[in-house]
Order: sequence, then C-alpha cells, then structure tokens
Amino acid sequence: MRQKAVAIVGAAETTELGVIKDLSQIGLHADAALNAMKDCGLKPSDIDGVATAGETPIQIAHYLGITPKWVDGTAVGGCSFMIHVRHAAAAIEAGLCKTVLITHGESGKSQIGRPPRPVPPDSLNGQFEQPFGPMGPPSLFPIPVLRYMKKYGVTHEQLAMVSVVQREWAAKNPRATFKDPITVDDVLNSRMIAYPFRILQCCLVTDGGGALILTSAERAKDFPTKPVYVLGTGESVETPMVSQMADFTSSRAFSVAGPTAFQEAGISHKDVDHLMIYDAFAHLPLYGLEDLGFVPRGEAGRFIAERNTAPGGKLPLNTNGGGLSYMHSGMYGMYALQESVRQMRGIAPAQIPGAKISVCHGVGGMFAASGTIVFSNVAP
Amino acid sequence: MLEPGRARPKPTPETEHFWDGTKAGELRLQRCDDCTKNYFPPRPFCPSCGSRHVSIFKASGKAKLHSYVIHHRKVPGFTPPYAIAVVELAEGPRMMTNIVDCPQTPEALVLDMDLEVAFTPMDDAITLPLFRPAKG
Repeated sequence: MRQKAVAIVGAAETTELGVIKDLSQIGLHADAALNAMKDCGLKPSDIDGVATAGETPIQIAHYLGITPKWVDGTAVGGCSFMIHVRHAAAAIEAGLCKTVLITHGESGKSQIGRPPRPVPPDSLNGQFEQPFGPMGPPSLFPIPVLRYMKKYGVTHEQLAMVSVVQREWAAKNPRATFKDPITVDDVLNSRMIAYPFRILQCCLVTDGGGALILTSAERAKDFPTKPVYVLGTGESVETPMVSQMADFTSSRAFSVAGPTAFQEAGISHKDVDHLMIYDAFAHLPLYGLEDLGFVPRGEAGRFIAERNTAPGGKLPLNTNGGGLSYMHSGMYGMYALQESVRQMRGIAPAQIPGAKISVCHGVGGMFAASGTIVFSNVAP
Repeated sequence: MLEPGRARPKPTPETEHFWDGTKAGELRLQRCDDCTKNYFPPRPFCPSCGSRHVSIFKASGKAKLHSYVIHHRKVPGFTPPYAIAVVELAEGPRMMTNIVDCPQTPEALVLDMDLEVAFTPMDDAITLPLFRPAKG
C-alpha cells in the first residue's frame, strides 16, 4: 500500500492540440512541462526526477534545465506514462527523489523533430511480420478482432457503438478534435482501412503533449492544486508481435496490470466512478472491460452497445472522447491520465458529479505492454 | 512469384535454420527436448521452460486460419485489398502470413478454414511461407 502516499500535484496538456506547426516534438514536451509547472507553482529547479518516452530523460532534463537525481526512460509505447507514474510513486516513496516530472510530446501529425521508427529487417518483427504487408498500427492492431468477434458472437454494429458513444462524450469537450455526432451507419459506411475496421474505428493522428508532476501526499497539501492520490498501480508486457499474443481474445498484459492495480488500491469494481481505457482502436475498450474484470468474458460489446459507458450510463468511459475523437498523437496514454486527473479535480468538461475513484488503463504497442493506475481525490 | 518491394527478412544466426528450411521446401519449427513444447519464432532455448536442449523439426505445413485483417491501403509489394493473416499450425504455434489462391474477401476467408503452406520465393535467398486453402 506504499503508493497511497504519493499524489499528482501538477497536470497539463500542451497549450494547443491538433495540428501544431510551430513546435517540434521536444518543444511539445517542454510546452506541456512548463504548463504543468505553472499549474502547481514550480520551477525547473524544483524538479529532481524526470521520466519520459519518445525523447530520452537526458534530452528532457537538459532542455528544461533540470538536474535530476532519478530518471526513468521506460519506453514501451503509449502506456509508458502510466508505468512512469508507477515507477515515480515507488521512487518517491523510497526516498530516491521528491518531485517527479513526467513528460510526453509527439508531433504525430506534423512530424516535426520526430525521428522515424523503422522496423529492422533482422528483428523478429522484421523477419516474421513485416514481410507480410503490415503498415503500422492500423494494419496490425485489429488483427485479433475477427477471432474475438467469432468467439463471442460480437456484431459489427456492437463494435461500431464504441465510436458512436465516444463521439457523444467528445461533443461535451471543447478541445476534442471531432465533436459532430455520428451513427452506427456512419461508422459502418466510413472508409475501409483494415477489415473489419473502418476509419471511424481508428484513432486520430494529431500533435500534442502532456505532463504530470508527482510528489509525496504529505507535501501535496502545500500545493495550490487539489491533490490526486495514486492508490494503486500495475504494469506488464507480453510480446512485440501481435501475431504471437497468447490469446487473441484477451491481453495477458492487461490481465496482469489491471488486477495488480486494483489489489494494491484495495478497491473493487463497484468502487470505480470513472474509467479510461486507451482506445487507439475500437476493440480496446472491449478487451479492457473484460481483462480488468468490469464485465464477464464476451459481454463487453453488448455492455457498450446498451449505453452503459455512454453519458448518463453507470460506468462513464473515455469521457474526453478518447483516442477515437479527442486526440491521438501516437502515444495517447498521457491524455487518458490527464482526463483522469481532471475528473478527480472536478474540472473535466464532461465532469462526473461526485466522482471519487478513477481507473486509467493504458496499452503500449499492439497489445505489447500495459499500465494501470487507480486514482482518488480522497486522501488514503 | 511475388510483386517486388516487400519488406525483406534478414536472417540472424538464431533464425537461419528457419529461412534455410523455407528455401528447401520445409517449414522448420523447434521443440523443447525437456518439456516437449513446440514453439515459434526461432530461438536457441525454450520460451516455456528456459531449457537450452531444443531440436529443430519439420512441421506438417497444415494450419487453420486464426484471424486476419484485409488491408486497404497501399504498401510496397502489395496490391490492396490483401489479407494479413495469422494461422495456427497443426503443431500449435501461430505465425503471420498471407493467404494465396483465395479471394481476399470476408466471404472466402473463413476463420478456422484448413490451409496448407505454399512456399513462395522472394528472391534467390529468401522464400516466404505463405498459405493457401487446403486441397483436402
């Protein structure tokens, strides 16, 4: 239960989201970091721990003028930032540092200062996946979907409801990229990308960033912001190759990270007021709901189609609009964390009244990695 | 033969036997001599128990279609739409591949359909293990 003693005191996204032509990738990290420091009244000299992905902690510390005593460069895809929160909480609790800055920035759309990420032809992916024609996540991430649909009898219409419901949340969010309502027919008639998925079932590609600042719960009381406590955390990895995941209907990494976080927090599913599940593609909320134990196996499609996760439903999910409608720079996990923090502070555009516990669940790569964080606005 | 432009695998010491096998018309898998687990992709130890006592064997080439997408975007070496598939080999392991001699449609590509390996040369050195509907 040691991580109960750590809180998020600073949180911010980049000033702009979407298409950002006047900042490179490291500039997006810095913009978000400066916004997060301003949020809680700190300067770079007050930070003694740095965690980041996409850039290295060396680049971020140097660029911002920070001399850290602790760094974490865990880079396992979009859930790296959940894992940074977990590692930072442990480091603060162990006394390795006092105040940790976690940064994300990604010029996903404009591609300014974003190094290319080729797949080496002598890697396992390069030998045993790339020769068969994948081109990035839209061609790889949906590969397990047909197996899931067959096993549980999930329909294309039920899957389409994931996108429809998240657009309803996005409509409440002034910063969301897409806000116009869509129907199941709109989803099923949108341009085919990689059957069974169409463009409205794939995430956006945008520019942006975000940053978090963590310190001990005891110190958190002295900050101007409402502390958001880290109650429990979990992490795991499975495989760099989606073709090699053990079960195409369940993520092993999700099934380790989620329950680890719940157990550490000492909560059960009925305690959860608000949920974020990283939705790079429309099947991820289904896998997340089942692997984290919110619904029995095979029932997530119906659960979403019956509007349980929609505005007014009993389990508000992806209330910023998600990667499908809010924004997605490439490593979306930071934006899911930002929405959990906003909900716990009580300042989200689509605020869940009285929410006390938020679960934030991330994926990295194509079911390659996972991190889960349980937050609360009530001191543990 | 294949359209030119595909990403070309570059064998390593640990995977050379696999690529030598496809060139020779054999689908070579590995088996743990201690725990009997069949596994893929290649490595010189068992991913199930860690034993270094492993053997290479010739697989049957029989498989079932486990899952796939039909990709609609242009990729060098491919004319869309084309399926990127994962097959489950009769011996247990799964591998990514393409399905040939079959329309690239949801109607023709039925999960769990029987497949057989179709060794397809990419160039003089590399032959890819593609799969086609089993002739029964």
